Amino acid sequence: MAVSEQRSVSVEIKDDKVFTWPNLVAKEFLAAIFVTVGLLVYSYFVDAPLRELSNPGQAENPAKAPWYFLGLQEALVYFDPWFAGVVLPSIIVIGLIVIPYIDNNPKGNGYYTFRERKFAVSTFMFGYIFWYILIYIGTALRGPFWSFFWPWEEWTHDFPTPPPLHNLPLPVGIALLLGFYFFGLVVPAMVNRRFFNNIGVIRYVITMGLMVTMFGTVLKMFLRLAFNIKYIIATPWINI
Amino acid sequence: MKSLQELKRLITENEIWRSVFRHGYTDTPRNRVLQIISNVWLHLHPAKVREHGTKIRFTWCMGGITFFIFLFEALTGILLMFYYTPDVNRAYADIVDLMYVVPFGRFLRNSHRWGAHAMVITVSIHMLRVFLTGSYKPPRQFNWVVGVFLLVLTFLLSFTGYLLPWDQLGYWAITVGTNMARATPLLGHEGPFSYILGMEANNDIRFALLGGTSIGAPALLRAYVWHCIGIPVIASALMMVHFWRVRKDGGISGPL
Repeated sequence: MAVSEQRSVSVEIKDDKVFTWPNLVAKEFLAAIFVTVGLLVYSYFVDAPLRELSNPGQAENPAKAPWYFLGLQEALVYFDPWFAGVVLPSIIVIGLIVIPYIDNNPKGNGYYTFRERKFAVSTFMFGYIFWYILIYIGTALRGPFWSFFWPWEEWTHDFPTPPPLHNLPLPVGIALLLGFYFFGLVVPAMVNRRFFNNIGVIRYVITMGLMVTMFGTVLKMFLRLAFNIKYIIATPWINI
Repeated sequence: MKSLQELKRLITENEIWRSVFRHGYTDTPRNRVLQIISNVWLHLHPAKVREHGTKIRFTWCMGGITFFIFLFEALTGILLMFYYTPDVNRAYADIVDLMYVVPFGRFLRNSHRWGAHAMVITVSIHMLRVFLTGSYKPPRQFNWVVGVFLLVLTFLLSFTGYLLPWDQLGYWAITVGTNMARATPLLGHEGPFSYILGMEANNDIRFALLGGTSIGAPALLRAYVWHCIGIPVIASALMMVHFWRVRKDGGISGPL
């Protein structure tokens, strides 16, 4: 009688669990204490700003939004308010919301890795860092009339007149914008078919649409700085 | 020594003490579990967590700190409310009183203000950490969405508070900020295509936000109510969902 040899299959259950008390809770309490002490010490030495009574008749110059919105205010230099102040932040929020649904790469779930998700991490980091660069420029480098000053320069009202700006001719502008989106949406799919097939056409269009818009925003800033271009598309109804 | 133990027994071994504290403090596995699950505040946590979830080099502790600063802001905010009236004739004077007259008023206001800035920073670092660890991936997609809303609410909380001192800084910052609403496509009277909906300065989205065509008494009251009641309530509700979902989606993310 052949006795089938029962092989013990050792299922390796990863049990790296530790007691929450005290391992986690102690650290949380310590963090709470450090944050409290830090805030209180800072508050003891540094006063919160308070200027004179508000006066609707006398505008601050420069009038600045709270620092975390200064990236958007800085974008006002390059875009009309409907884009810099409304559409751009909306796109950013929507873009953040859709991240989990367009990133279908199963790797890198729950650990730090750059190698396994180069595209996602570099795209996000680009946007994240750019957001803070704009905030820095808007906070520290913009003086009266929102004119640019280096950190070592003193804010004065006596700055050179900025060069005149001009718009692209309408057909050129439309062609440029359409071409830019066409290039950004079509070429990556042709060059990297595997990427396209992996994420599918809907995810692809959303992902690249958001990414091309992000780079387009940066590019428009570059066009303004390098070639003094105010609008790519100027019409009586809407300017971009 | 013997009398000390006697005293301890006298204090702890009676009905009153036992009705409050259900378990002892002797370091046993059972008590470590009970410490978490028999405490309404701590039982937000599971009794045991995966070890990497306790490592600050993994979590940066930024989500927890953001929540803590929110509580800190609620506490200091309530104290500030005792001294502040959201009335254009009194608001600025109340803040000046806080700075120069109220005992510890300056300290109180400073810590509320710097806490608000700190919260914006920590919540954004928390988002960075969650992104870099891929913690929005299945099954946690929806919790990331809740987190994005909480990020926006953090900005709005701070933004609505900015107007309350009624000084030049806040007044013009809110002017700049809300002028953007004027340019909203379709809904703001200076925005593209707004003529289609017949938008004017006195019926567009900026008017709805400010309760007027310029920043005045209604805008101050709205900022105050949103800042002290509206947004904190919404944010608290979303935080409950946020923390609950962390648990329901398998605890803190980690290598599978």
